[in-house]
Amino acid sequence: MPALIELNAAYRRANRDKTFLRELADYRRQYAGRETPLYYAARLTEKLGGAKIYLKREDLNHTGSHKINNTLGQALLARRMGKRRVIAETGAGQHGVATATVAALFGMECRIYMGEEDIRRQAPNVFRMKILGAEVVPVSSGTATLKDAMNEAMRQWVSRVRDTFYVIGTTAGPHPYPMMVRNFQSVIGMETKRQILKAEGRLPDMLIACVGGGSNAMGLFYPFRNDRAVALTGVEAAGKGIESGLHAASISAGRVGVLHGNKTYLLQDANGQVHDAYSIAAGLDYPGVGPEHGYFAKTGRAAYVSITDTEAVDAFMTLSRLEGIIPAMESAHAVAYAMKRAPRLDRNKIIVVNLSGRGDKDAETVSKEMEEG
Amino acid sequence: MGRIGNKFQELKRKNEKALVIYLTAGDPDMPTTEALIPALASAGVDILEIGVPFSDPTADGPVIQAASLRAIKSGATLAKILEVIQRIRQVSDIPIVLFGYYNPIFIFGCEAFALRAKAAGVDGILIVDLPPEEAAELRRHTDRAGIDFISLIAPTTDDARIRRITDKAKGFLYYISVTGVTGTAKPNIEDIKRDVARIRKDCDLPVAVGFGISTPDQAAEIAPHADGIVIGSAIVKLIAENAGSNDLIPRVSSFAGAIKKALSGGVRI
Repeated sequence: MPALIELNAAYRRANRDKTFLRELADYRRQYAGRETPLYYAARLTEKLGGAKIYLKREDLNHTGSHKINNTLGQALLARRMGKRRVIAETGAGQHGVATATVAALFGMECRIYMGEEDIRRQAPNVFRMKILGAEVVPVSSGTATLKDAMNEAMRQWVSRVRDTFYVIGTTAGPHPYPMMVRNFQSVIGMETKRQILKAEGRLPDMLIACVGGGSNAMGLFYPFRNDRAVALTGVEAAGKGIESGLHAASISAGRVGVLHGNKTYLLQDANGQVHDAYSIAAGLDYPGVGPEHGYFAKTGRAAYVSITDTEAVDAFMTLSRLEGIIPAMESAHAVAYAMKRAPRLDRNKIIVVNLSGRGDKDAETVSKEMEEG
Repeated sequence: MGRIGNKFQELKRKNEKALVIYLTAGDPDMPTTEALIPALASAGVDILEIGVPFSDPTADGPVIQAASLRAIKSGATLAKILEVIQRIRQVSDIPIVLFGYYNPIFIFGCEAFALRAKAAGVDGILIVDLPPEEAAELRRHTDRAGIDFISLIAPTTDDARIRRITDKAKGFLYYISVTGVTGTAKPNIEDIKRDVARIRKDCDLPVAVGFGISTPDQAAEIAPHADGIVIGSAIVKLIAENAGSNDLIPRVSSFAGAIKKALSGGVRI
C-alpha cells in the first residue's frame, strides 16, 4: 500500500509536468513509430457488404502491439522515481517483450514473470525477452498462467519494493494502475478521433476492440466516452463456448468480486475462488477485466459480446488473405465481431476495429489448428 | 473488550508474551483442523489465526500458497470453516482471528459474514488484501458485530499512515517484520525495535510481530520487543510434512509448546 501511495503521487505529478509529457510524446513518435495509421479495409468491407471497416493499426507499433504505449509511459515514470529495476507479468508475452524493450532502452534491470504453461505456448516471445536482456522467471504456482504470473509479480514487488517498479500491462490491478494504463493507452483513441474526422468528416458509429484485461479497448474507447452516438463494443473470448465453461468472458459470464486490488467482474465459483480462464489467445486468458470496463458494462455505456476460438481463427485467416494483414489472435476476436456485425449495417455506417497486435506469434497455433481442423 | 483484548491483558499481568499461531483451515482436511485447534490451545497457544484459503494468495510465500491449494481441493469453504469454529467454541475459549483475502468474504456477503462469524465465535479478522482505506464496506458490519478489524503495518509504512491506521485499529496491530510475503525471509531485529517503537508512540494496542519467524530462538529474540509473535509458515510446513500421520497433532502441538516455552524464557530446543 505505501508503494501504491508513492506511485499515485508520482504519477499525478508527472501527468501535470510538461517535460514528462513532451518526453513521452517524443519517444512515442521517434521510437514506437506513432502515430499508427487508421487504415480503410476496402476488400474486407466489400466482402462483408455492409458498414465501412477501418482498422486502427496498433500492430505497426514497435514490438508489434499496443503494449509499448503503456510500457514507455511507465518506464519513464520509473526513471523519474529513481527506480533502477522493473518487473512485469506477461501472458502471451507481448507485454513482457514491450517491458523488456523499454528496460533495454533505459538501461534498467528487468525481470518478467510468466506462467510455465504460457512459456511453453509462446516460445518466440520468451526468446525475444531474453535477447533484450530480461530474465524470464517461470511461474509454476496455481494454474501457471497469467493470473499466477501477476500474483507472483505482486509478491516479488512487495519483497523488493524500494528499488523496483512494477509495470502492470493492463487496465487492472490496484489504483492507480487502471487509471494510469488507460491514460497511457488513450493515445489510441485520440489519434483515431483525429484520423476519422479527417478521412470521413465525422465520428464512427461503432468502435470494436478485444477485451482481456482491457487495455487496448479502454485506450480506444476512453476518448470517445462522452460521444454518445459512438457505440462501444468490447469483445471477450468465448473460448470453446460460454456453455462449455472453457472461456475468458468475465463480463458476459462472471460476477463481481475482488482480485489483484480491484473490484470487477471475475470468473469464480460460488465460494469466491477464482477460476482459470481459457482462450486460444493467451493475451485474453485473464479471469478478470479492468474495473472501468466493469463500470461501462454496468452503466450500459459499452456493450460486451464474445467470440469463440473457431470464429477468431476464421477471422485471423480472412484478414490475412483479404488484406495481407496477419492479426494477433487477440485482435482477431475484434475482427470476428466486426465480420458478424458489418453485414447487418448500412453501407454508410462506419466501424473502427482496434487491430491491437500482429499475429506472427500465433502462426504456430493456427497451423496446428488447421491441421487438426 | 473481547477475547483478544482480554487475552493480551491477562498476559500482561502475567508478564508473558502472546504466541499467535497461524494454520490454513482444511489443510490437509477439515477434521484435522477441528482436532488441531483445541490441541494447540492446550499446548499454550494464546491466539489462533485460522487461514481461509484463497485461489490467489498474493501475500503468501510458497508454503502457505501450497496449503491454500490443498485446502481448496479438500473442500474447505468459508461457510464450513465457520461451522468448525462454532463447534470448537463448545470446548475452547481461545481467541480466534480469521486470516485471509477479501473475495471469499465479499462473495459470502459482508453483512451475512459479520453476523455468521460473530455467532460462530470469531473474535477478529485480518484481511491482507483489504487495506484500512478500502475497508468501510465491510467494517460497517463487522464493527457493529463487535469483530476486531486487525490491521497490518509494514516497515515501509510511514508515520502519517501508521497514525491513520492505529486511529481505527482494533484488537492488536500486526507488524510485518519483513518487506515481502509470508515465510520467506528472516526478520531484522533492529528494524523490529525501531518500528514497534514508532507504532507504540501513537497507539496503546498490543503489537504482534509476524512474517518470517520460524524457530523458538527467533521467537525468543523478538518477543521482548513486542507484545506477541506470530508463527505461520513453520507450522503449516510441519502440518504438511505430517499429513496423514497419527503423529500430526502431537508433533505440531509440541512444536507450538516449545515456542511458548522459549517466549517465557524457559527451556529452549
